[in-house]
Amino acid sequence: MITGRMTGALRDAGLSALIALGLFAPLIGLLTENGEHGLGLRGRPFAVAVVVVLVFLGRLIMLSRAPRTVAARAEGPGLAMRRAGRALAPALLVFALLLPLGGSRYYVDLATLVLTYIMLGWGLNVVVGLAGLLDLGYVAFYAVGAYSYALLAEAFGLGFWTCLPLAGIMAAFAGILLGFPVLRLRGDYLAIVTLAFGEIIRIVLINWVSLTHGPSGITGIPRPTLFGLAFSMDGGAGTFAGFFDIEPETIQRVTFLYYVILALALVTNWFTLRLRRTPLGRAWEALREDETACRSLGINVTNTKLTAFAIGAMFGGFAGAFFATRQAFISPESFTFIESATVLAIVVLGGLGSQLGVALAAIVMVGGLELLRSFLSFLAENLGSDLFAGIANELPLYRMLVFGLALVVVMVLRPRGMVSTRVPTVTLGPA
Amino acid sequence: MLAAAGLTMRFGGLTAVADLSFEARAGEITAVIGPNGAGKTTVFNCITGFYKPSEGRIALTHPNGARFALDRMQGHRIASRARVARTFQNIRLFAGMTVLENLLVAQHNALMGASGFSLLAVLGTGRYRAAEAQGREKARHWLDRIGLIDRADAPAGELPYGAQRRLEVARAMCIDPVMLCLDEPAAGLNPRETDVLNNLLLGIRDDGCSLLLIEHDMGVVMRISDHIVVLDHGKKIADGSPAEIRADPAVIAAYLGEGDEDGVAA
Amino acid sequence: MAYAVQQLINGVTLGMIYGLIAVGYTMVYGIIGMINFAHGDIFMIGAFLSLIALLGLASLGITAVPIALALTLIFAAGLAALYGWTVERVAYRPLRGSFRLAPLISAIGMSIVLQNFVQVSQGARVKPLDTMIPGGFQIMETDGFAVRLSWMQIAIAVTTLFILAVFTWLVTRTPLGRRMRACEQDLRMASLLGIDTGLTISVTFVIGAALAAVAGLMFLMYYGVIDFFIGFIAGVKAFTAAVLGGIGSLPGAVLGGLLIGLIEVFWSAYFSVEYKDVAAFAILIVALIFLPTGILGRAEVEKV
Repeated sequence: MITGRMTGALRDAGLSALIALGLFAPLIGLLTENGEHGLGLRGRPFAVAVVVVLVFLGRLIMLSRAPRTVAARAEGPGLAMRRAGRALAPALLVFALLLPLGGSRYYVDLATLVLTYIMLGWGLNVVVGLAGLLDLGYVAFYAVGAYSYALLAEAFGLGFWTCLPLAGIMAAFAGILLGFPVLRLRGDYLAIVTLAFGEIIRIVLINWVSLTHGPSGITGIPRPTLFGLAFSMDGGAGTFAGFFDIEPETIQRVTFLYYVILALALVTNWFTLRLRRTPLGRAWEALREDETACRSLGINVTNTKLTAFAIGAMFGGFAGAFFATRQAFISPESFTFIESATVLAIVVLGGLGSQLGVALAAIVMVGGLELLRSFLSFLAENLGSDLFAGIANELPLYRMLVFGLALVVVMVLRPRGMVSTRVPTVTLGPA
Repeated sequence: MLAAAGLTMRFGGLTAVADLSFEARAGEITAVIGPNGAGKTTVFNCITGFYKPSEGRIALTHPNGARFALDRMQGHRIASRARVARTFQNIRLFAGMTVLENLLVAQHNALMGASGFSLLAVLGTGRYRAAEAQGREKARHWLDRIGLIDRADAPAGELPYGAQRRLEVARAMCIDPVMLCLDEPAAGLNPRETDVLNNLLLGIRDDGCSLLLIEHDMGVVMRISDHIVVLDHGKKIADGSPAEIRADPAVIAAYLGEGDEDGVAA
Repeated sequence: MAYAVQQLINGVTLGMIYGLIAVGYTMVYGIIGMINFAHGDIFMIGAFLSLIALLGLASLGITAVPIALALTLIFAAGLAALYGWTVERVAYRPLRGSFRLAPLISAIGMSIVLQNFVQVSQGARVKPLDTMIPGGFQIMETDGFAVRLSWMQIAIAVTTLFILAVFTWLVTRTPLGRRMRACEQDLRMASLLGIDTGLTISVTFVIGAALAAVAGLMFLMYYGVIDFFIGFIAGVKAFTAAVLGGIGSLPGAVLGGLLIGLIEVFWSAYFSVEYKDVAAFAILIVALIFLPTGILGRAEVEKV
């Protein structure tokens, strides 16, 4: 019996390895590269061998593990997440509040980046996680927010705090404009239309040179002020350093920006959590469960989807305005499909609908990989190792590969994580 | 109350319902019966706005005299304005949400109004909290009636089948309908559950809501209906009280011809 | 006039490539009702496999164009088919009966995986290839503008028509085709009648991927340059073609492909090259809203 299973598993793993050989021998084993006489091929048999062996072993391990029951799959991580979440969320918040005290510019910058993605993830979570609408062009609203602020600042000299709400409104408006005609469509059509919309926005940004300066982008976007105090390096009156009579330093601005995005993200989270417990939020979740039933209960399905789309877009717009002010420079290159895919991956990995899950996914996938990269660079510098330097350089390429794999793996292994971690929006309470 | 005139529904070349006229009177339970494929569900879908009829009129008159042309209304308006609620042949609950949430989603339009389209609710004003408390009370009332008060906070998808059927009825009732349309409410229920359902439906009728139901279980139909419409091949072949229908030769022929096991004799 | 005729020729050529890809979308949609987002990337993989095969054959000394192309076609179509089969097995099959968004998200994930896999394994830089079938002939000339039809364009047209003829025969005349059409009508009923639906679905993916690989080879030959990103844009355009022609309809996919090819070429010629992709995407949105069943598609009746 046991040996029968073993040989069966071995045969299966062998077959998988054979398929892997077919898949990978040409594309990994034969590298097309520019040589002296135009394009040529270079063999990489070793790399193919490594991948094939990995597939063989991976399949063997998969087969040797006893299949878990469906119940264990649905309940296990859900309950654990909820219990851990109760302690983890406040701990993360305290950590986030205290982080700049460390005084390291590198970590504050990284944390700012992570928080931007957390905010985007929470915004998209409204659309995908709650309302169940797959939006593959979320980056479009991020771009609308960023360009709204940059252009308003350039044309009318408006400051960040004036433009922030405007950027959100413009993005929400773009969401309504797109959503109104397309939200009647079936889910998969909606997905591809949003994908197309994201690309349209990007192509327009590249080609409408008179408005957007085209591929060269917009520079000199003003930084935010703290109650009118600028973070400029001259330290004069009316600047942050001048007012408090301290030496002006870049870290002050970096820290301020960090707290701005932290506040924005927390507002997003608060608003979403509150909204979920309103009739509108419940209608979103009902829509995700069964659109036909919603219609039979008198819910205007199109309008309800539209609000989800608009509110998600609005948060994207806020995040975009922040991105513009932080970078002080934007160009269409920052708003590619890769960004949409990254945010979607964060939402999906976080368990579709779980706020804490989104935050953790962003921390691991954005922050974790960057830390890994910097650690490898550090090793490379100190050990003089080309191998580590090479891996560190190629890491960003592998990042998207990992994201894509993660989307597939999460869907295959635990697609409805959201149900098991779901907290009811209302309970009956005593009579 | 509800009057269909000349109702016709074609799908491509197939005519599912042909020139059907019937009436459902206020305060009564009207049953639509007929062999499989007679066009019952199609009629239902026309009334509740899921299909646009190819021809014909469906008019609904409220007890206060307001009139609605259902054939020309959008699906969700039929529920929210004309106050026609429905259930589905294959139960369509919000399975991942709790029983209580299912009942609150049904009160969506009322609660949206009270919550200033949810904005006041986000800010947590007292007005919304009062409205939500009221919504919970209504839900509690229905949970009591369908005997699910203990399961209020359980996911709807985890309820036993019979309870899911009753919950779907309660959810439909939470939109405060003047007419409730039930698509095979007794399908798959055991005799005890069927009795409970019968009493629930009779209670709803006695509260003043009219009912229209499609049913295969003749026991249920004969016991609770005040009026029966019989369809065969998309046409009406009989219309009358249960006693009249039982004696109608055309009905017997239609059922015997089909060899339907749930025949009239049952 | 002559200019327009030239655009017509170019548009039809491009349209045939889109049509071949669109067939894959429409087949998979017809049988399991999902959009295979990764299909455009299978096309891209087909183009890379073709490139590798051509380079490999050249280094082995096989330079006779017809032989090299025939071998390349078989190699690329065969391995792309393996990719199609694997994608379905790994990313879609385990999700049957899962929640609504699961297959969509998985497909998007697969698309990202394939794209970045090629970027990582073959590099991000564009891969140029010298023209293998040079020359052509002039068919007319007016106002000093010569309309040219290249041998390449003829080769593409002939190959596409041949492949589509074989494919049509396969679907309409063979037991395999009958099984596929049965599954398309009603998957559950087909399985109750003893049809191996899993196998049929696999075959659908395999055929779709092979056709996409043929399109990939032709794209490589026609444009002479490919990179890891071509599948994204071509995929959306081919999907647009499938929708425009009526998703689920095989002749519709080819018709839609031709339309999209013509629209793209004429748009570039008379309006702006920069916005040619915007034109294609805009058509997708407009078609979905105003003509959701497409030109040759059937209306779907919602089952309640």
